[in-house]
Amino acid sequence: MKLLDCPNIGARPTAEFTYGGELRHMPDPDQATDAEWADYVWNRTGAGGVKKEWWFHVPSATWFIAERDTRTDRVLRTFLIDEGAS
Amino acid sequence: MLCRAGRHLEREVPLGFLTSMRRKSRSERMFRAPERLDSTYDVVIIGAGGHGLAAAHHLARDHGVRSVAVLEKGYLGGGNTGRNTTIIRSNYITPEGVAFYQASVDLFRELSAELELNLFYSARGHYTLAHTESSLRTMRWRAEVNKHLSVESEVVGPAEVERAFPGIDLECGGHAPILGALYHAPGAIARHDAVAWGYARSADRHGVQIHQQTEVLGIDVQNGRVAGVQTSRGYVSTRKVLCAVAGSTPRLLDFAGLRSPIYVHPLQALVTEPMKPWLDPILVSGSLHVYVSQSARGELVMGASLDPYELHAPRSTFDFVEGLSGHVLDLFPFLSGVKVLRTWAGLADMTPDFAPILGKTPIDGFYLDAGWGTWGFKATPIAGKIMAQTVASDATPALIAPFALSRFEAFELTGEKGAASVGQA
Repeated sequence: MKLLDCPNIGARPTAEFTYGGELRHMPDPDQATDAEWADYVWNRTGAGGVKKEWWFHVPSATWFIAERDTRTDRVLRTFLIDEGAS
Repeated sequence: MLCRAGRHLEREVPLGFLTSMRRKSRSERMFRAPERLDSTYDVVIIGAGGHGLAAAHHLARDHGVRSVAVLEKGYLGGGNTGRNTTIIRSNYITPEGVAFYQASVDLFRELSAELELNLFYSARGHYTLAHTESSLRTMRWRAEVNKHLSVESEVVGPAEVERAFPGIDLECGGHAPILGALYHAPGAIARHDAVAWGYARSADRHGVQIHQQTEVLGIDVQNGRVAGVQTSRGYVSTRKVLCAVAGSTPRLLDFAGLRSPIYVHPLQALVTEPMKPWLDPILVSGSLHVYVSQSARGELVMGASLDPYELHAPRSTFDFVEGLSGHVLDLFPFLSGVKVLRTWAGLADMTPDFAPILGKTPIDGFYLDAGWGTWGFKATPIAGKIMAQTVASDATPALIAPFALSRFEAFELTGEKGAASVGQA
């Protein structure tokens, strides 16, 4: 991966982006058990595969989601979070 | 022509730099290559890297467990064991870390004799540069913890740094002046491939079977305990599995139905063309993201920080070569004409507290030697020894109790991140 598509302005060099980690859903802190909460805080989907990830385009201050295969470094698509994970 | 003959020798006789090896015929291999897997083993070790092979060596030699198979999906020592920059040190920041790595250094010093193989273990002295007041403060802290635990470590000034590294630019081009360094006299380098081959030969001599090109495709867990392992060459039953696979750990944990905080980023390294010996000690700069030493062959072996995002492919990038070269030239401007010979990457299994994950797991008979991230090579002898003890006794030795997988759920992390050399330990 040398270029990444910013959903707003298109393909830019990866040096302009910061990786924000996998998109994860926080359990309700009031409802979650200690074990569920610890799992959310620490554990990750560590194996390679197609993942939805947060990326940040630094010059334009845009957070967005990239769907990327972490085994091959190929980006399948990028979209703004409001545009849904359809 | 001479050069070609030398290379030929190295290919046919592993570690061909040993003159004694030259007299041996090709039939005398370092270890056997069994044609088929047995149907059952007392212990299956996944991963024929330094850690897995060292554990096999100790299981067979010290604990009398002879029915051991080491399974390797690729070739022996072809993972992070053969991809690191071979630095060995014990100047960590927590008492747990220092005790653990010091035990490893003690074993490394005697390892050539123990394995009857020259590992080219070479104590060079290890300097970690401070470019800021805050890093100097951390170094004083580390030096005091180290001295308290009888590990040689002291803070030195710029004059000593200049004496140790003739030609260094103490101003680093004006933007990162060197204020001092943490000096660790026992810091060493060794031939990493020799470590793997030495352990493999010894394990083999004690009856261990090493199966290369044998990939694990599943872990059979029944009623909460290990029953066997599915491999690309068939099923083997076993009650005990030691998983020592670095960057492949999360995939194998998925097979066993376990979750962990491990995340995988590539770590890249490079060597330059060989030159006359000029760099005796090992040099590390956390601020400039550089570590560098000169190998016995004269190449500069160097690395930088982790790649910035998750990836499970050991590829090299031009960004890495460009960035690292720039920082090395800040330190040693006279290297500007030196050529880069090779670059490569390994897959680092990182943990949130920069400490490994060792010992028992919620599955009976499934043991982990993982989370070694960017700092696993220096721990090879002690990890092998202690994991053999853990597997043989099914108990947790005190030395590795702080590194259990359960520490995360209990919110009892270690504080090793402060001894990270280059944004990594």
